Amino acid sequence: MAALLELEDVRARYGPVEALQGVALSVGEGEVVAVLGGNGAGKTTTLRAISGLVATSGDVKFAGERITRAAPERVARAGIAHVPEGRGIFRELSVHENLRLGAYLRRSGFSEDYERVCGHFPWLDRRRAQQAGTLSGGEQQMLAIARGLMSRPRLLLLDEPSLGLAPIVVREIFRILGDLNEKEGLAVLVVEQNAKLALRSSSRAYVLEVGRVALEGPSPELAENESVRKSYLGY
Amino acid sequence: MTEFLQQVVAGLASGSIYALLALAIVIIYRSTGVVNFAQGEMATFTTFIAWTLVDHGIGYWGAFALTLLIALVGGFALERVVVRPVEGKPVINAVILTIGLFILLGGLSNWIWKAEVRSFPPSRPFPTSAWDIGGVAVSKQDAGILVVMLVLLTLLWALFRFTKLGLALRASALNPVASRLVGIRVGWMLGLGWGLAAAIGAVAGLFTAAAAPPLDPNMMRPVLIYAFAAAVVGGLESPIGAVLGGLVIGVVLNLIATYDTHVHLDLDRVRLPIALALILIVLLVRPTGLFGRQAVRRV
Repeated sequence: MAALLELEDVRARYGPVEALQGVALSVGEGEVVAVLGGNGAGKTTTLRAISGLVATSGDVKFAGERITRAAPERVARAGIAHVPEGRGIFRELSVHENLRLGAYLRRSGFSEDYERVCGHFPWLDRRRAQQAGTLSGGEQQMLAIARGLMSRPRLLLLDEPSLGLAPIVVREIFRILGDLNEKEGLAVLVVEQNAKLALRSSSRAYVLEVGRVALEGPSPELAENESVRKSYLGY
Repeated sequence: MTEFLQQVVAGLASGSIYALLALAIVIIYRSTGVVNFAQGEMATFTTFIAWTLVDHGIGYWGAFALTLLIALVGGFALERVVVRPVEGKPVINAVILTIGLFILLGGLSNWIWKAEVRSFPPSRPFPTSAWDIGGVAVSKQDAGILVVMLVLLTLLWALFRFTKLGLALRASALNPVASRLVGIRVGWMLGLGWGLAAAIGAVAGLFTAAAAPPLDPNMMRPVLIYAFAAAVVGGLESPIGAVLGGLVIGVVLNLIATYDTHVHLDLDRVRLPIALALILIVLLVRPTGLFGRQAVRRV
């Protein structure tokens, strides 16, 4: 199967610090892939490198097209929706305005997409006029994902969706993600601290350590791996 | 009472001009976080462009429209070429840059159009007569300025409130990174913010020239101070605050001039100190202005 997203020898730096030291990974069409790793391993930077939010060298290919160093707005146009860490919603705008912005690149079909997305998050429509910053943390995360979906992406980049959320909310979010993947064939690259959940929800996973891929493989296998268990699963 | 109302209306007209320039300052501050000290000189510069157009035989309102277009494009280009390098840098860089622009544009206006007296507009844009409304004489020019300001304000409000472009403009100002991630060309939006501000400022310049001829390369300097006072009173972030601030300052200054029979303030001399004192008081007592929000940052 040809990969939808392919990273090869990707390096990125913040000033003198080389945050990525040659990362290679791939996401297939309709595949859910998890990226694990401790703080500072380069998980977030990997997503930022794909989106063009950080100076990058190496090779990033999406759907056969080279997008290394492309500006974020171009990457979005190519069909990648990036839901950043800390959600990155427009707090001052309403729920509905956030969703309209998600559909910014689409010329038509807003109401169709709106209905499709609200099908996954039924509360969104009821609270369309509410200011996004006044939503609870879990709702903000769901809104951020919903906004990403409004662009009809082929690939969703998801950065720490569980950050600071109650376990029940996190499970709900991952259930919806599984749904989206199954029903709509959405490919997802998710960065997650909660290794257990991430491994359970993905088909393949990568473990990053100090800017490099230390381990990779099918998620069930990684879940059995001795060092993954010790370092990330804690048993 | 009649005189009072008459003075209020006259104050609203000059207040409209302050309001427009204050609005331009607020639009730029909201979109790029830059306090544009060159806003007044930009307005003067575009007003001289309008004079040149009229001098070449284009009618006043035609030149008016063309000038707004030129200001829009010019403001856009200015942001993309000159201002962009200081965005996201320490505030002091932007302050020095816009003060530099202030000096440069002022110098250019004086150099290109010389400091000679010009009559502009060649014919009045509004009739010089007045309506009698219940005994109150309302100058048609004052009413015209007020109406054009309100129409512009409504158009701007509709742009920001109802259009996709307006939503993208607001989003870019609020969260540039998230805006880029949804595919908005934030750089263009910032440029467009400067373009809109330049066009609104151009209207302020054109009306200043119309209200107080002759055309003078330094005409916008006092207006800029009033506009800053208006913007600061409104909280620098709030377009409505800036407009109300401008109108209030216009009316209050006018009323002081009319009813000060005891102290005999030489108003032309104390207008500026009053505006500056207002800025100082607001910044000391209520730095967020009447309509601004406290900047709360979660750490």
